[in-house]
Amino acid sequence: MDSYESAPQHIASSRLKDYFIGATPLQKRLESVRKQTSFVPTPPRRKIPQCSQLQEDNDPQKVAFLLHKQWTLYSLTPLYKFSYTNLKEYASLLSAFIAAEKQKGLAVEVGEDFNIKVTFSTLLGMKGTQRDPEAFLVQILSKSQLPSENREHKVLWTGWFCCIFGDSLLETVSEDFTCVPLFLANGAETNTAIVGTWFQKTFDCYFSPLAINAFNLSWMAAMWTACKMDQYMAATEFLWSVPCSPQSLDISYAIHPEDAKALWDSVHKTPGEVTQEEVDLFMDCLYSHFHRHFKIHLSATRLVRVSTSVASAHTDGKIKILCHKYLIGVLAYLTELAIFQID
Amino acid sequence: MSPQKRVKNSQVQKRTSQVSGNYPTHLLAWEEKEDLNDSKYSLKRGQNNPVEDYGHADDQAEDALQIAVRYFEKGPVKTSQNKDKILEKHLKTVENVALKNGLAPEGIDILLNVALSGKFGSAVNTRILKCMIPTTLISEHSVVKAVSWLCVGKCSGSTKVLFYRWLVAMFDFIDHKEEINLLYGFFFASLQDDALCPYACHLLYLLTKKENVKPFRVRKLLDLQAKMGMQPHLQALLSLYKFFAPTLISVSLPARKKIYFKNSENLWKTALLAVKQRNQGPPPEPLKLMLGPAKVRPVKRKWNSYSVIPVLNSSGCSKECGKKGMILSNYLSSRELFPLEQLKSFPQLLKNIHCLELPSQMGAVLNNSLLLHYINCVKDESILLRLYHWLSQTLQEECIWYKVNNFEHEKEFANFLATINRAQCFLQEGFYSCETFLYKSLPLWDGFCCRSQFLQLVSWIPFNSFSEVKPLVFDHLAQLFFTSTIYFKSSVLQSLKELLQNWLLWLSVDIHMKPVMNSPLETTLGGSMNSVSELIHYVGWLSTTAMRLESNSTFLLHFILDFYEKVCDIYINYNLPLVVLFPPGIFYPALLSLDSSILNQLCYIMHRYRKNLTAAKKNELVQKTKSEFNFSSKTYQEFNHYLTAMVGCLWTSKPFQKGFYIDPDVLEKTGVAEYKNSLNLVHHPALLSYAVSFLLREWPEERTTVNMSSIRVNKFIFIMFQEFTIALFYRKICTFTFLPVLSLLPPQNQSEMFAS
Repeated sequence: MDSYESAPQHIASSRLKDYFIGATPLQKRLESVRKQTSFVPTPPRRKIPQCSQLQEDNDPQKVAFLLHKQWTLYSLTPLYKFSYTNLKEYASLLSAFIAAEKQKGLAVEVGEDFNIKVTFSTLLGMKGTQRDPEAFLVQILSKSQLPSENREHKVLWTGWFCCIFGDSLLETVSEDFTCVPLFLANGAETNTAIVGTWFQKTFDCYFSPLAINAFNLSWMAAMWTACKMDQYMAATEFLWSVPCSPQSLDISYAIHPEDAKALWDSVHKTPGEVTQEEVDLFMDCLYSHFHRHFKIHLSATRLVRVSTSVASAHTDGKIKILCHKYLIGVLAYLTELAIFQID
Repeated sequence: MSPQKRVKNSQVQKRTSQVSGNYPTHLLAWEEKEDLNDSKYSLKRGQNNPVEDYGHADDQAEDALQIAVRYFEKGPVKTSQNKDKILEKHLKTVENVALKNGLAPEGIDILLNVALSGKFGSAVNTRILKCMIPTTLISEHSVVKAVSWLCVGKCSGSTKVLFYRWLVAMFDFIDHKEEINLLYGFFFASLQDDALCPYACHLLYLLTKKENVKPFRVRKLLDLQAKMGMQPHLQALLSLYKFFAPTLISVSLPARKKIYFKNSENLWKTALLAVKQRNQGPPPEPLKLMLGPAKVRPVKRKWNSYSVIPVLNSSGCSKECGKKGMILSNYLSSRELFPLEQLKSFPQLLKNIHCLELPSQMGAVLNNSLLLHYINCVKDESILLRLYHWLSQTLQEECIWYKVNNFEHEKEFANFLATINRAQCFLQEGFYSCETFLYKSLPLWDGFCCRSQFLQLVSWIPFNSFSEVKPLVFDHLAQLFFTSTIYFKSSVLQSLKELLQNWLLWLSVDIHMKPVMNSPLETTLGGSMNSVSELIHYVGWLSTTAMRLESNSTFLLHFILDFYEKVCDIYINYNLPLVVLFPPGIFYPALLSLDSSILNQLCYIMHRYRKNLTAAKKNELVQKTKSEFNFSSKTYQEFNHYLTAMVGCLWTSKPFQKGFYIDPDVLEKTGVAEYKNSLNLVHHPALLSYAVSFLLREWPEERTTVNMSSIRVNKFIFIMFQEFTIALFYRKICTFTFLPVLSLLPPQNQSEMFAS
């Protein structure tokens, strides 16, 4: 037997060492996953979305365009070698790709005139901190055949990528990657699939549908009710689903937004923050109120939709943002969920 | 084959290669020789084929070939009366030689000229072209000359087509392609000819380099496509163009991969095989390294249309797109990137490892062992991160118990896991993505879905601090372990054994090379050893409880002892300072087992423990200085205790003398009068069958009264040893017999030796 000292000198491989120090981005990822898995998955307290944190230089037209539309949510792993300086090329490549996909089997020239047009544009100021990468918008427009009205393109599909307060993710990747973990799409699902496939092939990323579970929906309900509104545009409404056969039963529960706010104010203690206890208490109050009137335990059913004047969200991963003021706040929470999913 | 001939062969081969390297002078020489009528030298080819009666007949054939070639070179003789007959004779000669042994580059050069210059009729040209089979190689120069004939326009359309087909078929045997590539424009122009187009496409497909892809050519191709519609050959060329210049063109191919080119070389199929064999000797072995089946199953999936694992594609797009901002040196170096699609062998990988183009989707490496080699040695963090993200997400998306209504994909998911396991095993390293996947999915696992694949993932958990992983993995696993069948328990133990083995391997490689580490506690050898010993103790706890639950099942005990076979040899096999003994809950049931193979395994393990402890003790004495890894005296005491019990039971018939008290009443109830003797080698229940067969052999007449006390131990052991080796019913018998048990004796000396 070789004695212990005379063990051959092994070629230095630093993986084990790195592993313990947690020096590399990969290690940091792993650490964060461990922490998340071993402790309560979400932090017990969050900030109430503050009044607009949008920076001055945003384009109000573009922001208005994002509101009042139903978006399907996806989480997205970091994009490899994505560059904001190449948006024009991406647009022409993607439009050629779409044209080629639509007529499978035919090759098409990049830059050729198709009856569709793809645009890439940044959404300036759509970020939480300076470190957040710029959000960007991708649109598929149809070109009208008539040359006289070439000004007006009809928007066929829109998708946008953003990262609001994505620090936890940004820390764990190197500079080759662009982190825009939240992707929102509006338009035909086939177009989403084509665009997604192109992104996956080009930037080695991965799209997964982002569903919102009931736990997170109740957080949304509480946080959005807590937002100060000058005027309420819609009722606060909850939708529960009762799994019974042959058809599931939906229970809709609408409250006047001011009543909801009053209820919230009564359970709310820490200024500026929302805690897990408060969320639970808020929902419990709603449950017991409902039980008093209808003798139904809502806690035994599944919360599937929450709509408030700030935004409405469905468990399938659909969201509609209504209030310009809290756009960033809503997106920050969605970013957090997306990051949690890709961890 | 005679030695002389072998020499000749090598000369021939040398000459062939010379010819290819420096063609014109040799051709000249050849022609001169021919003038001197010294034909025997110049046309001697085809000797590579071992022909039995080589000699006169072949010489004759070659002379005839010589004459025939000269005949064709001169052109048809118009005056001769029976010119058809002569022509036919010469054609036959050429065809025979060509089909049998192939033609030398010189011969092909001349005959190609003849065929394309239009000296003879179209039918003759066709026949000549069809037999243009090289012995080994074709000179590039001949091809260029032949192409120049095409411009003169003397040959018919069908001859042209045949020539193109010939060129495609023989492409690999052309010695150089640089000059042919200079004719790229010419070949490209022939795309316009409808008859030539498919073959021209194929030729261009073989010929195209990155610098040949120009926007005007792309436009031309797209025009052609618009004119002719969806043609497979055009698609092929277009997709190749897209590969080289993704910014110029976009193409999407139908999901079912079509055959792009009609088999245009099938005219020469058998001949080609012969040439290939001549060139390479015996056919090369198939690539052993390829991991999985490359075939991908068609899955109805909107996003990832082909399979879970992406298809291997070079990263074209992102690099091309960044071209504008690229500095000059980058641009220059990027031209020399080695395309992945061409990577077929390990030597290729070694040669091009500095300039390998990486796949556009990193997940594709899972199916490619060469790239797994590559990512294993490359230090680029972004590669690992890309793989990490892709794998994590894919596992999450595909996992069938993660989502409701996902169960129809079980087989697919199992295959995916199996692929990952193959890759991990190939790399001898676990993926971090799999570890995080385990953390997330283990609490939801039912212990049934994809069991073997999933448990294999457990065995590849990268080395970790045990206390950190325990709540994430092992606590969940324990719940399933205790509530599942004995088979599940055994498979868990099996994968824990593999886990231990993997950890030990990592440590034995990694830990010795960093003697000083001024970092947190865990980086020390002691920390790592702690982690391993915690794992072993944990498995000990699992096993003890499982033994009770399964009422000392022999089947289970086998798996447990398998685990301890790894444990007992850590010090010697892995050079790591750790000896952990088994818990009493394992030792005693094994010692008193009714199964002889269990007893055998136990003895082997005790024997190895002793070896390891002796080695450790020896080192301690040599070292003198107090090392932190000196085993505590407790380990030695524990071992001595087990050893005494074992020897007491099996040998000296004084079992359990210390620390044991059995109520005499209980003993009386068992009806065993001489309990002390009833566990020794002769009377041990596990060895009973051997004792009986021994008695029957020694005293065959005394069938009625079997008295075991009459067995003399020495002889019995000898016979039993024989039986064991003959029976071979258990794998370990070969490596171990009871003899090592004897080496454990006599006990008093051993105890002294291990006295702490």
